[in-house]
Amino acid sequence: MGVAGGAPSERARLASAGARATVAAVLGNQPRRDVALNAAFAGLLLLAILIALAGLVALLTQALIKGAPALSADLFTNVPSTINPENAGFRPAIIGSLELIGGVILFIVPVGVGAAIYLEEYADNSKWWNRLIEVNIQNLAAVPSIIYGILGLAFIVRGPLDIGFILAAGSLTLALLVLPVVIIAGREAIRAVPDSIRQGSLALGATQWQTVRRQVLPAAIPGIATGVILAVSRALGEAAPLLLVGATVFVTFDPTFFSADGYSALPVQIFQYATRPQEEFQALAAAGIIVMLVVLLAMNSFAIWLRNRYEQRW
Amino acid sequence: MNARTGAGAAGDLPRRLQAPGPRYGEKVIQGLLALCGALSVLTTTAIVFSLIGPTIGFFEVVPVDEFLFGTDWTPQFEPPSFGVLAVVAGTLNVALWGMLFAVPVGLGAAVYLSEYATPRLRKTVKPVLEILAGIPTVAIGVFAATFILPEVIVPLWPGEFLGGAAGKPFMALAAALGVGLMVVPIIASISEDAMSAVPNGLREGAYAMGATKMKVATGVVFPAALSGIVASIVLAISRAVGETMIVLLAAGSTPNFTLLPNEAVQTMTAYIGVTATGDISTGSLDYKSVFAVGTVLFVMTLAMNMISIRLVRRYREVYE
Repeated sequence: MGVAGGAPSERARLASAGARATVAAVLGNQPRRDVALNAAFAGLLLLAILIALAGLVALLTQALIKGAPALSADLFTNVPSTINPENAGFRPAIIGSLELIGGVILFIVPVGVGAAIYLEEYADNSKWWNRLIEVNIQNLAAVPSIIYGILGLAFIVRGPLDIGFILAAGSLTLALLVLPVVIIAGREAIRAVPDSIRQGSLALGATQWQTVRRQVLPAAIPGIATGVILAVSRALGEAAPLLLVGATVFVTFDPTFFSADGYSALPVQIFQYATRPQEEFQALAAAGIIVMLVVLLAMNSFAIWLRNRYEQRW
Repeated sequence: MNARTGAGAAGDLPRRLQAPGPRYGEKVIQGLLALCGALSVLTTTAIVFSLIGPTIGFFEVVPVDEFLFGTDWTPQFEPPSFGVLAVVAGTLNVALWGMLFAVPVGLGAAVYLSEYATPRLRKTVKPVLEILAGIPTVAIGVFAATFILPEVIVPLWPGEFLGGAAGKPFMALAAALGVGLMVVPIIASISEDAMSAVPNGLREGAYAMGATKMKVATGVVFPAALSGIVASIVLAISRAVGETMIVLLAAGSTPNFTLLPNEAVQTMTAYIGVTATGDISTGSLDYKSVFAVGTVLFVMTLAMNMISIRLVRRYREVYE
């Protein structure tokens, strides 16, 4: 400003002040109704968030209050009982859940990552079968878990695979249930690796697999690991499909992977305690929920931390 | 590039650009990876085949029209009655009341997070919602049965309205609120994504025309993100319809052809979960009825999932 001396700059100052005053006069005093309406609307929106958060807080405090009396090391060492709630625990259920999860990890990591690599790095999207796989995975991610239970019952426990009501059947059922989670997360992680890295590797004479194996996968590992943790935590809390594939209730021994004697899992055991009316069993169920939530929260926080810590901006 | 490879490349004779061999290893690896992808299609096929066989067996005994249009579900009576509408109504009852809770709460949270919240608040609230999304449904079910029902619904229920609420051990509304709590994070996060994808130019245009913040949120951002919002709601309904543990714990297992929120009901999932436990004999009509109900459930959720996937793709195409 002030190119041609004092007078024009003074004029510009006056003009802009005038414009500002006009704008303030027209828009500054919003109608009272608008102001009130806006405040009420913002308040309602905030209320929605508060309701959701209050639900979460109430759920956690309820579990703590009701489960506190039953919370002790006995939960981890004692076997379940229908007669003596004060001596009952979760030992076989916890061991069963750990074994189920072990099987799930062994299955979903290679298969889930393999499928994600195929869809992102190899699949030609103009081919109908690759589009079919893609839509199919999105669909599978939203199929109700009890339907996977039916699949496990008719296809894995009986039917074609016919392996019986063993822990491995439950593990395979859960693995199929959470597989789409791993594939979808894996694909996003792989897609986030910029193309220039692939092209650089290919230009140096690496084959496609060498490129994937040495450049793309290492860069995508944090995202893939986050997806795997989220999938495992979902499998850990899932009870419905296990009801159908033989997670029987009161197993009083440590279950093994292929034994036909039956097995149990933490969420199923919690469900069974919760359906009993006595106060002591309700407390046991709540204590089991605390144990499960502590493990899950630890896993989920680790996944969120992992994602924020290693998320690369290219 | 480090010095060693640079020197090596410079010293060698020029290399041929073709691979020295046909590289069968690469093909084998590609085949294995494709197999991993194909496993998902195999899973769907297996689900469909698991359902179809026993369902056909079921319809050899029970007429299709009795199943589809009957409203009495009494498999344990003699003679049994298989009117699937009774358990479908139970499912819709829970889903309907659950959505009446979850849609306003989830959308309110989404609009606030996308349009009003400071970046810092958004960074705190979103992980908390993710935690809510990660709570196992068996824990929500226990919460619904032991807290929502006795401590929230019963005290707030208006007296003897619709026959009262006190003293009931199971209630569709308790399960509905539990299911609602479960799907709030789904609605909030997908809708928030859709609203955040609306370009800022649209908002600025509206502000320049003198629109208030509320007008921008409801009149510009909300309609622009509508397909994503509808997709989130459809997906949430599909989740609510497919949820098992919450309804088993809070809604009861009494087939009841009603949409009243203060009745005990049995949903499709609850019937499957209660009936198809380990000791059921393979050939029995009960066993087959589980698959018939499973087929209805699968078809319903599949339809909703397809709609939701379509809608999400549409908003992605428009703005990304």
